[in-house]
Amino acid sequence: MLRYILRRLVILLLSLFIAAVVLFVLLRLLPGDPANALVGVGATPEQIAAAQAQLGSDQPLGVQFLSYLGDLARFDLGNSFVSRSSVLDEISRRLSVTLPLTLAAFVLALVIAIPLGILAAVKADRWYGLLLSVVSQVGIAVPVFWLGILLVYEFSLNLRLLPSGGFPLRGYADPGRAIESMVLPVLTIAIVMSASLMRYVRAATLEVLGSDFLRTARALGESHTGALMRHGLRNAAVPVVSVLGIELSTTFLGAVVVEQVFSLPGMGSMLLLGIQQRDYPNIQGVLIVSTLLVLLTGFLADILQRVLDPRLRKEAR
Amino acid sequence: MSAESTELPRRRRRGNATFWLGLILVGGIVLAGIVSFFWTPYALSDMAGGRLEAPSAAHWAGTDRLGRDLFTQLMIGARIALIVGCGAVAIGAVIGVATGILAAFATRFLDDALAAFFDILIAFPTLLIAMLVVAAREEASLGTAILALGIGLSPIVGRITRILTKQVLGQDYITAARVSGTSWGAIVYWHILPNIVPFLGVNLALQFGLAVMAEASLSYLGLGAPPPNASWGRMLQEAQGTVYTAPWGAVLPGLALFALVIGINLLADGLRDRFDPARRDG
Repeated sequence: MLRYILRRLVILLLSLFIAAVVLFVLLRLLPGDPANALVGVGATPEQIAAAQAQLGSDQPLGVQFLSYLGDLARFDLGNSFVSRSSVLDEISRRLSVTLPLTLAAFVLALVIAIPLGILAAVKADRWYGLLLSVVSQVGIAVPVFWLGILLVYEFSLNLRLLPSGGFPLRGYADPGRAIESMVLPVLTIAIVMSASLMRYVRAATLEVLGSDFLRTARALGESHTGALMRHGLRNAAVPVVSVLGIELSTTFLGAVVVEQVFSLPGMGSMLLLGIQQRDYPNIQGVLIVSTLLVLLTGFLADILQRVLDPRLRKEAR
Repeated sequence: MSAESTELPRRRRRGNATFWLGLILVGGIVLAGIVSFFWTPYALSDMAGGRLEAPSAAHWAGTDRLGRDLFTQLMIGARIALIVGCGAVAIGAVIGVATGILAAFATRFLDDALAAFFDILIAFPTLLIAMLVVAAREEASLGTAILALGIGLSPIVGRITRILTKQVLGQDYITAARVSGTSWGAIVYWHILPNIVPFLGVNLALQFGLAVMAEASLSYLGLGAPPPNASWGRMLQEAQGTVYTAPWGAVLPGLALFALVIGINLLADGLRDRFDPARRDG
């Protein structure tokens, strides 16, 4: 197990390094020197040269790359071109919106998908079992931002129950309004996400229902529900956990779009604003932190899978 | 045995039903997209209608806040969705199949490296990369969106191609072909490609759905094709502000997007049932 974690850790670090290289190349491929974006239109050549010296973009590429890696290793993401404030501070402020949104939506999606997915498998021959699997099939084709707009239409504009967007200026110091403004975004992501999770849960449960060990447990006198609870769920959990990491990452990326629907000040709007303002340090910071989170999630999901399924641990060698 | 003989025909019929439903949905949208090249009810920039009119005989899907015909925009949107889907899948398939086959043929080290590379790229947030690539250009265009999405899809295609190719390479008839002096190029052309195409095709159909959805997201965020083009995503973005007075403007483009993606998925399911010999013969 320890060996597996170490190996997986090496892959994680290697992935991060490759991600950093890809980002460096992509950002340097952008037309124009970032120095031009820093000083703005109509700057004199002297001002541009000064900005280049300040950013280090007059250095050879190799030197730039090394100092970029050095900065990353020290978690120094630089300062925004526009606001001049620390990118890392801005990101942590933005994450305080995006992370709760992602996690709450993910947990809610699990709460919806696990019981309904199991029900859809166990009662596959009943009309509601069939209905559930049709709903989950249909659900994966629903564009998440469309669902958001429709929910705003119904719950904010028609019923006037919840705000249609925005986030209180004082943030969580105003807990009532902060939570209110999170309800619809969380629902939006959770509904779409639970549809695809339900399909995995249903498929995994069906697999277990047809397995020999469940039949043996029944033959040994356990009740159907008892056998499913005791032996079935743990086995069904393994393939589901393997996709959880990917699903959580998808949730996070879905949040980037959904934030735009509800004008939430999260990572997504930071990236979009950065792109509009050509604020390179902000763009780079958001992409690095997002990639880090996605890769970390995959890493943790892999480890969790090993913990759940001892068979995988043996095969690993 | 008797359970199987009652089970199989039913599943086969259901497979056919999903295939036909998918074909109707996708076919309708493809037709709308093709017709839009020759004819639309109004010109795209024709602001003759009243503002935010409800659907009527004159404007089948109503009008937007500038008085432009929404049905016209939906038809152009179908064209754009199909172009993006086909373009992105074509780019993803060319890069993915080439690197996937290369990895399957390569020596152990290169194979491991490519396989790890695919995994890392798949973990990379495609939409974010697409946003960056689009942002890299001075002005967002359809071409950059297609390129970015195609590149984003390629590692997924590459990984599947590598696995499928390895399965084929392990067969005895490949050894027989090599012994009889067939070149690797001929083996790829005559044995590998025909064997992996059915399965790969189903997967590419699913990638098509992903690409269409991603383009709509990009357009919704304002990073898609610029204004004269009417992407469904941008229609949704524009309709969001007037959703209370003109809900159909926000409902219809989303419905079109939904129909195309679900149609493609149904079609892929139906095709898999037809092409997968294990399923076909039971």
